[in-house]
Amino acid sequence: MAGSSDGNDEVQWCFSQVKGTIDDDIAEADIISTVEFNHSGELLATGDKGGRVVIFQQKPESKNLPQRRGEYNVYSTFQSHEPEFDYLKSLEIEEKINKIRWLPQKNAAHFLLSTNDKTIKLWKISERDKRPEGYNLKEEDGRYRNASSVTSLRVPVFKPMDLMVEASPRRVFANAHTYHINSISVNSDCETYLSADDLRVNLWHWEINDRSFNIVDIKPDNMEDLTEVITAAEFHPNQCNTFVYSSSKGTIRMCDMRTSALCDNHAKLFEEPEDPNNRSFFSEIISSISDVKFSHSGRYIMTRDYLSVKIWDLNMESRPVETYQVHDYFRSKLCSLYENDCIFDKFECCWNGNDSVVMTGSYNNFFRMFDRGYRQDVILEASRDNCKPRSVLKPRKVSSGGKRKKDEISVDSLDFNKKILHTAWHPLDNIIAVATTNNLYIFQDKVN
Amino acid sequence: MEVNAEARRILAVSISKLYASRTQRGGLRLHRSLLVSLVMRSARDIYHASRESEAPGAPTPQEPMDSSPSSEEQKQLPPQEAEPAQTEPQCALSPAPQTAVEAEECACDSEITEDKENMSPAARQSRKRRSKASAAPDFLPSKRARLEPGEERYAAPLGSCRVGASCITSCLFPHNSACCASL
Repeated sequence: MAGSSDGNDEVQWCFSQVKGTIDDDIAEADIISTVEFNHSGELLATGDKGGRVVIFQQKPESKNLPQRRGEYNVYSTFQSHEPEFDYLKSLEIEEKINKIRWLPQKNAAHFLLSTNDKTIKLWKISERDKRPEGYNLKEEDGRYRNASSVTSLRVPVFKPMDLMVEASPRRVFANAHTYHINSISVNSDCETYLSADDLRVNLWHWEINDRSFNIVDIKPDNMEDLTEVITAAEFHPNQCNTFVYSSSKGTIRMCDMRTSALCDNHAKLFEEPEDPNNRSFFSEIISSISDVKFSHSGRYIMTRDYLSVKIWDLNMESRPVETYQVHDYFRSKLCSLYENDCIFDKFECCWNGNDSVVMTGSYNNFFRMFDRGYRQDVILEASRDNCKPRSVLKPRKVSSGGKRKKDEISVDSLDFNKKILHTAWHPLDNIIAVATTNNLYIFQDKVN
Repeated sequence: MEVNAEARRILAVSISKLYASRTQRGGLRLHRSLLVSLVMRSARDIYHASRESEAPGAPTPQEPMDSSPSSEEQKQLPPQEAEPAQTEPQCALSPAPQTAVEAEECACDSEITEDKENMSPAARQSRKRRSKASAAPDFLPSKRARLEPGEERYAAPLGSCRVGASCITSCLFPHNSACCASL
């Protein structure tokens, strides 16, 4: 099943860079919680459990080596969210960054939205490479001069300085979510965005932070009747009236904001009937959708549940058009995965630039790619053992049966503490960012 | 029998997870709590179904326990919501530590418990809690669980395959009513 490394039309993935410490002792604050390329792919943002955002920038390709793509280096680091305390409910609010989403670029500055469980912030990242010099009333170090000592006047001029990247919070969108925010999504209208928590979806305007519109509310009048929660939400990539949200029951609802102000009634409901042969204690948990992503074309939706990735055609609600098993060998181990809490892990998934390949993470620092056109898939590993620059990643194989072939890894020896939950694919190029617990790996396809 | 033990173990694990989640940083996670409570219901249904098929001659109790335990769990779920019924979640919270401990004990006492069950059906009935809703919520799975590979399904008579709400026994851990109250 693994894609082989021969054939000119197949992509071979090579190690490019790894960011983060080699330390085995992982500080909890360093755990990466989200990864996102911007729209051009030039910038790559990561958020961590400590509330920090680190942005990497791709160096322009060098003229000497035109075949090699530029490396990603740290561009800006800032503390986005701090831990807070809700005194009314006696609850601590974690500073962990749940999601980062870039706004489309309008001018020289870059804007991104970052969110923790309760508050969304709009950050402006701008460069400063000049500063004014030659003030009349101030010294160069900022101290004020004695006005009586000024004998002549001069016009201050801009002089070049070392590049400084500044991140400043432009808006703080707070107090709109009772439950934990799981998603934010920027609308193609370049004016609004949505934020979703367990039971509600709110619509915001980028410029207005003191109010939002509630567009979906699935909270039952009696919380005892609660049967499902919202797990992810996303706007359509080019239809500004359309968005989808996924649920813990494995369904996806598509809503049209033109029909009514409150989109509780879906326009479409995507649901696959459950296979009765697969019924178990844990059927509900493993059918809960952890991520939903529109294809770049807007024609398809991809969903990730615990064991599989499904691709849905927007025109067909009855079942997905493609289903890929990510790690079906865990189906018989669900009880152990429930006990060690791994069954609650929320894996993300992503599309490549032209929607031909999808990628998602797994355990043991494995991640999988499924080529939709060639019907091939591959398991790759993000590991420090494979860190030679431009070394080609060897496909991995997992043996679930009794007989283990050479080069195969037994299911029982897979490490559940090494999980890849967050991955991102460059929008235009074959460059991927894969986050292990506290390291960020960047891989690119082999350029001959 | 193995289904019983499995279901009981899963119940014990679930209860301890629900309890532990209350103290975790960031507050109670609604999604996770919901999933754990769904597993608990599945496990409880399977347990009751197995028990029922083990002792088909035993008189079935009148009142099911399904709705009240589930309502207790649901009330525990969103403490961060400023719900008017603040007192109920607090009552549910206090027996929970006992439950987590007793759940572990119960898992070990399976043989003794079942003998007591068979000997004193009348006593069992008197420990039942009365609940308002008599029908199981329609989201409860009514199918039997798929067993893990290697497990055997207890040979049950055909008639007991479909277990409706009215047949489900009232108390999972009949030797301790405190357990029942918090479920």
